[in-house]
Amino acid sequence: MELISLTPTALGISALLVLLLGLLSQLLHLGIGRRMIIAASRSLVQLLLLGMVLTILFDQRNPWLIGLITLVMLSVASREVTARQKHRYVGGWGYGIGALSMMLSSFSVTLLCLLLIIRVEPWYSPQYLIPLLGMLLGNTMSGVALSLDNLSQTAWSKRGEIEARLILGAEPGEAIREIRRDALRSGLIPIINSMSVAGVVSLPGMMTGQILGGTPPLEAAKYQILILLLIAFGTGLGSIFAVYVGARRLFDERQRLRLDRLRPARD
Amino acid sequence: MTALRLQALSPPTLFPIDLDVPTGTISTLSGPSGIGKTLLLRAIVDLDPNEGDAALGEQTRNRMPAPQWRRLVGFLPAESHWWRDRVGDHFTGRDGLPLAELGLPAEALDWNISRLSSGERQRLALARLLAGSPQALLLDEPTANLDAANGNRVASLIKNYSRLQGIPVIWVSHDEAQCRRIGDRHWVLGPDGLREQAWN
Repeated sequence: MELISLTPTALGISALLVLLLGLLSQLLHLGIGRRMIIAASRSLVQLLLLGMVLTILFDQRNPWLIGLITLVMLSVASREVTARQKHRYVGGWGYGIGALSMMLSSFSVTLLCLLLIIRVEPWYSPQYLIPLLGMLLGNTMSGVALSLDNLSQTAWSKRGEIEARLILGAEPGEAIREIRRDALRSGLIPIINSMSVAGVVSLPGMMTGQILGGTPPLEAAKYQILILLLIAFGTGLGSIFAVYVGARRLFDERQRLRLDRLRPARD
Repeated sequence: MTALRLQALSPPTLFPIDLDVPTGTISTLSGPSGIGKTLLLRAIVDLDPNEGDAALGEQTRNRMPAPQWRRLVGFLPAESHWWRDRVGDHFTGRDGLPLAELGLPAEALDWNISRLSSGERQRLALARLLAGSPQALLLDEPTANLDAANGNRVASLIKNYSRLQGIPVIWVSHDEAQCRRIGDRHWVLGPDGLREQAWN
């Protein structure tokens, strides 16, 4: 099967559709059109740039350059996590918790995959490393952002309940246990859902791409399974870490609830 | 049988406060709204960052973990909060609760939180607090949402608990008549600090 190269016209048509959606939002006063168009433009520019960078990079074998690129990816992901919080942690903690939990999960899982599962030679071959890390970062980012956002929002709105438990002598971990658990759930539900319906309702993005690119379907399926399972593990690990550190940060050394460590919502 | 002592305790935005509440007595605390009576009680149980110290007999707050201190010094906030659906899920046992003294049936433990009236919430919150056998009580307007009959029930329950077990009590109230009726000593919190109020 030959790969059919996409023309600028093809991309133009799909961009036009998003523009139409933005127009519709404007007409219905949904207030989401602007953000939708900005996000779409971002993805357009970012992906084209990525395509160009990867073209150059794939001929490259300089591990330092590849390392630098992974760090850039991580820092952008951490910024996204922070941006998605309604109540942000004060003083760079939101960024720090996001960065650390994604690094812990995405980087370790990517390494595990490259070294032990796919056994790429050398392990930092950009053709494998960058897409794998990207998939993992993208998904753990969603999980971490959702969990942290849910945690800080719930803690903010349930201040009275948390403090009521502290007043009765509960330890912080006990006073926030259910909130922490629900936050974790909210971060993991997307990946659980996408694993449940993968192949039945939805054809996962990576597999679709590989098939369109000419890979035999069964090979594409095997890769997709691998990725889904790794994403599930990475998202779980990252979200658990983020929620535990995030919950801990809400209390101080005298076991007081310190909501002053979160910023008030902006709108 | 221990007295509660505040030593230069400084809640946010307030002057350092010294106060002795002898064992088995009730000290009432009043003052204009917004002056910081609630902040003072919150500072005693270490819910907000604060300076100074508090002690119950030989047990000093700053030398023990905060949760342990909070179990020792029972604080009843003006508004009660509940985190599970059923009243009874907030209690560890069903025995020895002063429900009858508070004018509540034993089935109250099976009630859903959402059906409670504000007065029921307040009385059940007191029962929940007393279930932990605190050795001092800090009460933030414990009868504010109650009718006269239930208000009297709460007052006499607390008075008995204090007298019989030698428990020091700080009782925040806006009601002068109530302060005179239940208090052994009376304190007024003003912008310049705490001063004792003497009525003739």
